[in-house]
This record gives sequence, C-alpha cells and structure tokens, in this order.
Amino acid sequence: MDKEKYQKIVDKNCPKENVGINAVKSFLVGGFMGILGQLLLDIYTTLLDIPTKEASTYMIITLIFVGSLFTALGFFDKWVSWANCGLIVPITGFAHAMTSAAIEYRKEGFVLGLGANIFKLTGSVILYGVVSAYFFGLIRVLLFGG
Amino acid sequence: MTFKFKNVYLNETATVVGPYENKGPLSKYFDKSYDNLYANEKTFELAETKMLNDSVNILLNKMNKNSADVFLSGDLLNQIIPSNLTALEQKIPFLGLYNACATSMEGIIIGSTLIDSEKVSSVICATSSHNCSAEKQFRYPNEYGGSKPKIATFTSTGGASAYLSNTPSNIKVEAGTIGTVVDLGITDVFNMGAVMAPAAASTIEEHLRTLKRKADYYDLIVTGDLGIYGKQILMDYIKETFNIELTKYNDCGVMLYKLKDQSVYAGGSGPVCCPLVTYSVILDRMKRGELKKVLICSTGALHSPTLVNQKLSIPAICHAISLEVVK
Repeated sequence: MDKEKYQKIVDKNCPKENVGINAVKSFLVGGFMGILGQLLLDIYTTLLDIPTKEASTYMIITLIFVGSLFTALGFFDKWVSWANCGLIVPITGFAHAMTSAAIEYRKEGFVLGLGANIFKLTGSVILYGVVSAYFFGLIRVLLFGG
Repeated sequence: MTFKFKNVYLNETATVVGPYENKGPLSKYFDKSYDNLYANEKTFELAETKMLNDSVNILLNKMNKNSADVFLSGDLLNQIIPSNLTALEQKIPFLGLYNACATSMEGIIIGSTLIDSEKVSSVICATSSHNCSAEKQFRYPNEYGGSKPKIATFTSTGGASAYLSNTPSNIKVEAGTIGTVVDLGITDVFNMGAVMAPAAASTIEEHLRTLKRKADYYDLIVTGDLGIYGKQILMDYIKETFNIELTKYNDCGVMLYKLKDQSVYAGGSGPVCCPLVTYSVILDRMKRGELKKVLICSTGALHSPTLVNQKLSIPAICHAISLEVVK
C-alpha cells in the first residue's frame, strides 16, 4: 500500500480536534490575562504612584513570578493543558516553560542539569526575539529615523 | 521470520505498576503497586528501575529461586538505564534489548530460542517504562504539561517480568515471529497508533501465512499499544491489504485503563503496556480455561526525536508470540 492510501485510512479513523472550542477557550483566557495585566498596571500607576514605563516592567515581573510560582507548586501544567495558548502565549507561558525545565533537570546538577537545560523550550523564543528586535529596530531607524 | 518452539514454558510472571495503572480495570491482577510516581525514589529514572527490579524480585520469590541462567531486559530510556541497573542488582548474566515498545516479545523470542537451543534452561525476560521518564526524554518537561491531541497515547508506568524455562507448566510458548521494520511515512509524533499499525499487520500476516493458520485459530489476538484509534486503523488496513478479518482482537493499551474516566487520551503505550496486560488478565483468563490459544503482538514505534527533527518519518516494528494452554 502506498503512503497516500495509508494516510487516508489513518485520517478516516482519527478523531478531529475541537478547534473551535479550543480557540474560544484560549481567546477568553488570553483576554483575561490581558485584563489582569492592565489591572496590575493601573494599580501600580494609581495606587503606588509609579510612572507607567516602570509600572509595566513591574507588571511583567509580577506575572512571571506568579507563573513560575504556580508551576513550582505543581498545578500550572494542568491549567496550561486546559487553556492551551491562552496561557502559553502571554508572558506566563514563557515563565512556565523555563520553570518546568528547571524543575525537571535540577536533579542532574546546577550546571550541567538546570543551567544547561533551563532554556530548552524558551531558547528559541529568546534567540528569535532578539534577532527580530534587531531587524525591526533597523527598519524603524531607516524608515522613521529612530 | 516465524518458527515454532519445542520445549519452552512460561512458568511465572510478575507485574509492578504505578498509580494510574492501579486505578485502571486490571488493578486486582497486579502483584504490587506504588501510589506515587517516584516510587519513593529521588528521580523518575530510579523509580522505573525500582519497579523493574521489584518485578524480578517478586518473580524469583514466586518461583522460589535465587536466580536464572540469563536475564533479558529492555526499556525506553537512553542506554536502557533501568535494565542495566536491575541487571547490576540481580547479578544474572545479562543481554540488554531495545525495540521500543516491542521489547517485551523480542525478549520472549530470544529467551525461548536460547532455551530451545539447550544452552540454557531458564531465562527471565523483563521490561519497564515510566510515564514521566519517557515524557522527559521524548517530549517536554513533565511540569510543562503541553496539551495533546486525542490520538496521543499515554506511556504506562511499571515493570513486568516473565520466567521461561524448559520445565513444563500449563502455558507453553508455542511459536514466535520476528517482525520486519515498516515505515508508511507517518511523521506525527503523537499518532503512534498509525505509525505501528502497518508493522502489526505485516507481522500478523507473516505469522498466519507461515504457520498456515487463519486469524480465528487464536481465541484472542492482542497488539501492544496501538490505542483505540490505532486499533481501528489496523483492522481496516489488514483487511484491505491482506484480506484478514480480525474478529477476536483487542489492544493492550485499550485494556489497561478506563478510557472514559482516566485522562489517557487514546490509551496506554510504552514497553511495559503489553506485558502488564498479558501477564495479568490474559494469563489469568488462560489459566481459567477461557482462552486456549493467544497471539501476543507487541508493537514498537522506533521513534527518535533526532530523526523526527531531521524531517524523517517514524519506523515501526512488531514481534509476535503464540502462547498455548497445555495440560
């Protein structure tokens, strides 16, 4: 049997994923994360009287801390499995990916285990984040003069 | 390659499982279970080793023996860590095996051949897998918990051992088929059922053709870990390609868990899935006379993350063993 014919048998027997429901779930959870971020930002600027630029850094740090803490406490993976990209795309996903790798490889030592593997999932994000920031910065300078 | 064995018997088996397997429908058949995935050890690798070693100890206790002539063992981890450490502990002459989830029946075929050659009189064949050590090695860190499609299977946790010898018992290892590697171009790392189904079909067909048997010669044919969808794929594929109707057929991955209540996606997988089911409920049903002739086909996806990252498809293999009740 050729590969295309076999693929047809496979497709016939495999269930479809609930793309619609998953997308709505992710959209709602991701949107809620956005509201949460804005809420933190407002609290920091109005109640604590921090300038907006610094307050957004504090907001990001808060979300990273909470994401990492929840991962370390062992229940954030279940939330991620449920909400998918709603929690993976925001900064909490980055924190979660780093912390989960750190927990997994801690037992192989601080240098060759934790140190070498902490960016196992997030290394690509950092690399391509920096590279694209460089190019977008370049475009901005060339088109708008900085 | 199919051949019959003259004088090989399955004397005793032992099974040790983790918490998920113990919550499944077969819990009453297992010899020992752990209620935590660490099995009171520090790492998942050591937990898997402990379960494998426990199963060998329980097996030897049941047989009232201290050792066997040869120890054959394999698992999923790099450099087959649990098997090596168990062999170190047991001090039995050791051959390490790797055929992914087809390792269990690979062990029985090699063990039976050694016994039939009359060079050894007893062999212990063992296999293990652990959900978390496998996830860590093949996929993402365990705490990451990325979501999986419905077709994914759930690596089962446990250790299983069997004692083969030339001393008669009521279960005879009758024949075996060494499978060939098959690859029909599946690259989806979650759809292992589709990867392995053609290998299972190829081995079952070869086995039946060589021994001039029909599929209903066996009271039960089981595959190792195709899962609920892979099972359907195999039935369709083998009908279309070889015109074989699998009627008395099931899959160990489907039998090991309560698919509706436990979040195991399409069913169990891993090297220990097939022997956990075979050495528990299937042997029990054979001993009670419900089944007389059974064909066990352990299916293995020879999956390597390196090959998949290099855009190659996943090869698979299946080995079959025919077990018969004798008086």
